Amino acid sequence: MSQEAAPRPPTYADVNRDVIRTLEPPSPAYFGWMTVVALILAAGILAWTYQIYMGMGAAGKRTPQMWAMYITTFVFWIGIGHAGTLISAILYLFRARWRTSIYRGAEAMTVFAVLTAGLFPLIHAGRMWFAYWLLPYPNQRYLWPNFRSPLVWDVFAISTYLTISVVFFCVGLLPDIAAIRDASTGWRKKIYGVLSLGWEGTDRQWRHYRRAYGLFASLATPLVLSVHSVVSWDFAMALVPGWHSTLFAPFFVDGAIFSGFAMVLVLIIPMRYFWNLYPYITDKHLDAMGKLILVTSLVLSYFYVCEAFTAWYSGDHFERASLFWKATKSYAWAFWLQYFCNSLAPLVLFRKRARTHTPTLYVVSILVLIGMWFERFNIIVPSLGHDFYPYTWGIYWPTVTDTMIVIGSFAWFFILFLGFIKVMPSVSIVEVKETLPHPVKEAHH
Amino acid sequence: MAAGRVLGVFAHVDTTVMAIRELRAQGFTDFTVYSPVPVEEIEAVLEENRPVSPVRLFTLIGGLTGTITGFGLTIWSALKWGLVTGGKPVVSIPPFVIIAFELTILLGGLSTLLAILVLGKLPALRRSPTYDPRFTVDHFGVAVTCSPDRADAAGRCLSQAGAEEVRR
Repeated sequence: MSQEAAPRPPTYADVNRDVIRTLEPPSPAYFGWMTVVALILAAGILAWTYQIYMGMGAAGKRTPQMWAMYITTFVFWIGIGHAGTLISAILYLFRARWRTSIYRGAEAMTVFAVLTAGLFPLIHAGRMWFAYWLLPYPNQRYLWPNFRSPLVWDVFAISTYLTISVVFFCVGLLPDIAAIRDASTGWRKKIYGVLSLGWEGTDRQWRHYRRAYGLFASLATPLVLSVHSVVSWDFAMALVPGWHSTLFAPFFVDGAIFSGFAMVLVLIIPMRYFWNLYPYITDKHLDAMGKLILVTSLVLSYFYVCEAFTAWYSGDHFERASLFWKATKSYAWAFWLQYFCNSLAPLVLFRKRARTHTPTLYVVSILVLIGMWFERFNIIVPSLGHDFYPYTWGIYWPTVTDTMIVIGSFAWFFILFLGFIKVMPSVSIVEVKETLPHPVKEAHH
Repeated sequence: MAAGRVLGVFAHVDTTVMAIRELRAQGFTDFTVYSPVPVEEIEAVLEENRPVSPVRLFTLIGGLTGTITGFGLTIWSALKWGLVTGGKPVVSIPPFVIIAFELTILLGGLSTLLAILVLGKLPALRRSPTYDPRFTVDHFGVAVTCSPDRADAAGRCLSQAGAEEVRR
């Protein structure tokens, strides 16, 4: 290791200064990006309006592929969120200190990804003004949701996940907002003052806060594992060949974490570059993230093998036919693209140099995101298009409307994230300080 | 500032800890420690004669309420309209476990949030008089509340421990 790799560690005041610096008025380039993203979002909203006006046919919804792109993208976004909770809760419980500088960005990603995902069941349902039908509410006729339906489990899992992620996120932000409050003036000070809830960092506050934070992490850990399991049961509880598998829950959870890590890298690599956060987000962090992507990729590849093997070994004609059709017919390109992006491309991360080489990491991450979107596409579209009975077979191709809505969802996510990083600290001031040596007068060892 | 309130501002953890020990030795019991981050050394001194934070009780009660609500809602509503679907029992416990689990986490989490707010006395509309903006950057503070005649002793105690600044 070279000598220059170990400069003076930042002091407490450095952390405040460096993080608050990220909230300075943005450059014209930032506004340029915001405009581009906003225009894409506007196109998406326009497409949604058109779909509401015209009906679901505008989105290419025809039997048998009623779930098509919307549920693909829903599962994709829910999955993205999982890495954030993994970093903020599971790695917190494991006391993985490297998480501190990236967890805030990852957690923001979680909240915004779940907010994006949450739109899709509404878009997909068509008449979203009846969305409240999904919730249990007292009514004269004793009509209650069917709690044996995986779709109702999903409503509970996703809304709990969103609520807990938001709470966890805001609680983590509290002391940091107080730090910004104390560093700002004028109307900003007032707004941050209100948002900080008057946090002062007294021993009384910290005492309960620390306890509560640990408890949040302990609650979020089983929650995050349950959420994607429940999402997977939307599929696995059905009898459709290619879906009806006990493998689905761990398979989905692993894939979710895998894609989420890729998204974290896609977001933090530019943040580190543009804000010069090199002292906080070091190559060690990228290396750790690269390793996690590699591990989750290998686990995923194992699941892919199991999936194909059980389809063959089951001797079930329909399972075999479904797999064969996926691999060789209309959607074969998507099928093989998924394997390339999720199983082959991440193998390059076995090389240490690749794990710290940002362009390589970036390309791998983008490929993983593409691969994971197509994985969900391959689970949903070809499986529905080729089940038991030739009469119900069919091919789905996206229409302009649903494509624009899906692309618009990415714009929605990025507009939230880009907005967030300019008003809130995207690196945790408190947690980064906690990993630094405490200021002491007497140097004792 | 009201009489009987003394604040010492410290730049270091060890001097802060020393001040707390010293204050306690001299019989001061009512003091508030401000710190930019939770510091284990400070916590260890303060926790010596304090019970464990009751946050976990909130979480437990919230979580159990969630479990009961989850099972209660699903079983009650299934019995209200006893429709057999898929040849399964009307009260099918395994799927109801999922609802109960999610509500356990939901209410457990929300009551933990409530605990932070209630126990931490948040939201606080006004900064306390002994607060200093440096406490969110890199300084530690020990604020002592005592009878006015003991304020001098408290101030001496703080500066002897190494306070950069002592305020009344």
